Amino acid sequence: MSSSATGTSRCAACRNQRRRCPTDCIFSPHFPSTDPERFDAVHRIYGASKVAKMLEEIPPEMRGPAANALHFEAKCRIRDPVYGCVGIISTLNEEIRDTGTELAKLRARVAFLASGAQERQLGQDYTIVDDHWTEQQQIGNVVL
Amino acid sequence: MSSSGTYNTPCAACKFLRRKCMPGCTFAPYFPPEEPQKFFNVHKIFGASNVTKILNEVLPSQREDAVNSLAYEAEARIRDPVYGCVGTISNLQRQVQHLQKELDAANANLIRYGCGAYSSNALNSLGVVMDNPLIAAQIPIQPSLTARPRPAPVGDGLGGGFYQNYPLPYPLPWSDTDHYANGGEGGGGGGGGRGGQM
Repeated sequence: MSSSATGTSRCAACRNQRRRCPTDCIFSPHFPSTDPERFDAVHRIYGASKVAKMLEEIPPEMRGPAANALHFEAKCRIRDPVYGCVGIISTLNEEIRDTGTELAKLRARVAFLASGAQERQLGQDYTIVDDHWTEQQQIGNVVL
Repeated sequence: MSSSGTYNTPCAACKFLRRKCMPGCTFAPYFPPEEPQKFFNVHKIFGASNVTKILNEVLPSQREDAVNSLAYEAEARIRDPVYGCVGTISNLQRQVQHLQKELDAANANLIRYGCGAYSSNALNSLGVVMDNPLIAAQIPIQPSLTARPRPAPVGDGLGGGFYQNYPLPYPLPWSDTDHYANGGEGGGGGGGGRGGQM
């Protein structure tokens, strides 16, 4: 955590920016000095002032998730400068499409097999009925 | 595209930045004057100089795709200031999970019908003995018997579990909220400790 008194425990952002880390520093809860890579990534893609502006527009309780999301997107963009995390979205859409197609095919196959099974079941039920009547007729004959 | 002729129409970027759109402007091919919102969004989230830096890092043939993906991310971030694109990824991931469950159920049904299974009552009344040991033992069909191989969870299963075929570069930061705001429990942030594990 940042300490403005000693100036030795600046957050990663203030350390990067070479400035004093105030007690109300907007970066310090989310960019600790123990993880300088985290701020380096967001700074490289968005810039410190843009990140500060974005965090200021968000309620304090949501700044943690926002900082995490920004970090994730920044890392994706560093890894893939052309597509960033939009590449992941494309991949997911592709997987949804492929899985949906496979599911539709499977369901069609199951429906086909189910209709065949139903017909076989009905055919054997008639056989049971025939056996039952045969039995009844025999009893009748004995009684009579 | 800025038009040539007696008077150059400034591109959306130069119009927004209130500067002269010179021939060879970096932004002109990708931010036409008819789409002012596109540059506005990108500038709001990334800033013009960062966009220039990113464009200079990629090949000229890739710049249009890079700009379009930046515009997409910027728009997602403006719509959802907290999660941005990561929210979209989360929704898509949930859809994938749902579809996978449906697929497992359909596979289980397929095995059931493929084995010629009937209800136990019907079997008893028919006096039929089925050769299939699963039916004879009346063992319920488990989803694990499905033909489709299920991806094993990766690490803590934070989003990485479904991506053996479609790997994510990093685990999604779903459970990593407020680690630092709550006193710094973890070491890496946003799954950064994994260091690019796929």
